Amino acid sequence: MKIVVNYDLCESNAICMAVAPEVFEVRDDDFLYLLTDEPGEELRDKMEESARRCPKQAITIEG
Amino acid sequence: MTVVIAGASLAGLTAADTLRNEGYEGSIIVVDPSTEIPADRPPLSKQVLAGEWPPEKAQHRAAARVPDLDLDLRLGVAATALDAASRSISLSDGSLISADGIVLAMGATARRLPGDQPAGVHVLRTLDDCLSLRAELEKMPARVAVIGAGFIGAEVAATCRGRGLEVTMIEAAPVPLGRVLPGDLGAFITDLHRSHGVEVILGVGVEGLEITSEVGGSEHVSGVRLSDGRVVEADVVVVGIGVVPNTAWLEGSGLRLENGVSCDATCSAAPGIVAAGDVASWPNPLYGEVMRVEQWENAVEQGEYAARRLLAEIRHEELPAPFATIPWFWSDQYDRKIQMAGRPSASDEVIIPEGSLEEHRFVALFRRGDLCTAVLGVNRPRHVMQVRMKLTESLDWQTALSVFG
Repeated sequence: MKIVVNYDLCESNAICMAVAPEVFEVRDDDFLYLLTDEPGEELRDKMEESARRCPKQAITIEG
Repeated sequence: MTVVIAGASLAGLTAADTLRNEGYEGSIIVVDPSTEIPADRPPLSKQVLAGEWPPEKAQHRAAARVPDLDLDLRLGVAATALDAASRSISLSDGSLISADGIVLAMGATARRLPGDQPAGVHVLRTLDDCLSLRAELEKMPARVAVIGAGFIGAEVAATCRGRGLEVTMIEAAPVPLGRVLPGDLGAFITDLHRSHGVEVILGVGVEGLEITSEVGGSEHVSGVRLSDGRVVEADVVVVGIGVVPNTAWLEGSGLRLENGVSCDATCSAAPGIVAAGDVASWPNPLYGEVMRVEQWENAVEQGEYAARRLLAEIRHEELPAPFATIPWFWSDQYDRKIQMAGRPSASDEVIIPEGSLEEHRFVALFRRGDLCTAVLGVNRPRHVMQVRMKLTESLDWQTALSVFG
């Protein structure tokens, strides 16, 4: 599973960070950073929830 | 097995998506009076109104999923009556459906000014509203009057300024958002708009509209008459004075209707009937308060929750824990990203642990006794979400404050 963030769409609303802080981190510069772009399979539900909740539809899951 | 979902907007379609994700294989009938799937609303006051996005881009994820969900989608069809006890629902096409489960997600309708609605007067709720307003803005009217300094009014004012239009924003309360925000934050909103060239008139009500007759006899708005006798001349008037939940058809259904559809803590209005989104009123256990939330993220979260809760009931499984959420929303105005999590009231004490009102970049915490009721950030998304994550566990003031070391 690979996580892809479309940074043209992302507006750092940080909803994803609330769902999965182990993968998504909005830092003090207000940009979103991926702590890993290939999270383990055990995080699939959280990744799907992050993608669903993103107000900008900036997160896609490949694989 | 049949589930009927009343409403094909964000909450309703999210519920449909969730039912399928959870393995429900029965029939799902979705009805909505709109003739097309309603648009994703946040861009309607921003990118689409600004002309930056084509209308079709205003589509949320659940709408894009529709072709995969095997829905019996009946657009242009409204639910017209419900008997809650038998879960039978009447539709405007004359059919009567006996459902095993019902999701009420009809959303809300923009409130209008009383009286005639001459040309040039707009509300902003649907894609059609947006496009008809946009068409008028493209004609470069001399001035746009925005009635109501809530978030819709404020975003429309910002978008109009971005188009180079003159804007007057009129608010009956002495400060914008005075029902939810303490005065100094309302003053910040005022300052933000004035610094971007909006004329902001506060504490003055609207008496009526000025109307001119055009050649051929049709009437067009020419201004807004204020309660102090002033007239704001405007060719376009946008009315942003709130919404009303679409529950009129449920009168006599047996459901309790009190500021929306009254639900229990698990968003259930009656056996086999749940509600989600703008129409649902439920006791949020985190706040010990009955609330109804008209926000994008809540429509998603509550749509998911209500679907799961309904399925558990249909399958005779254990019900999920009550729907406990910290409401959250964002509003983009000019280059400022305003976000708020929680449920503040105008009487809460405000503490600013980060940034300042003057620099238009800050975090404000709202305090009521030992509780942190809400957090508001301007260009501070990280802090807002960090506080929200703490509040989800407890509203304890010291815990919220600890985010700021």
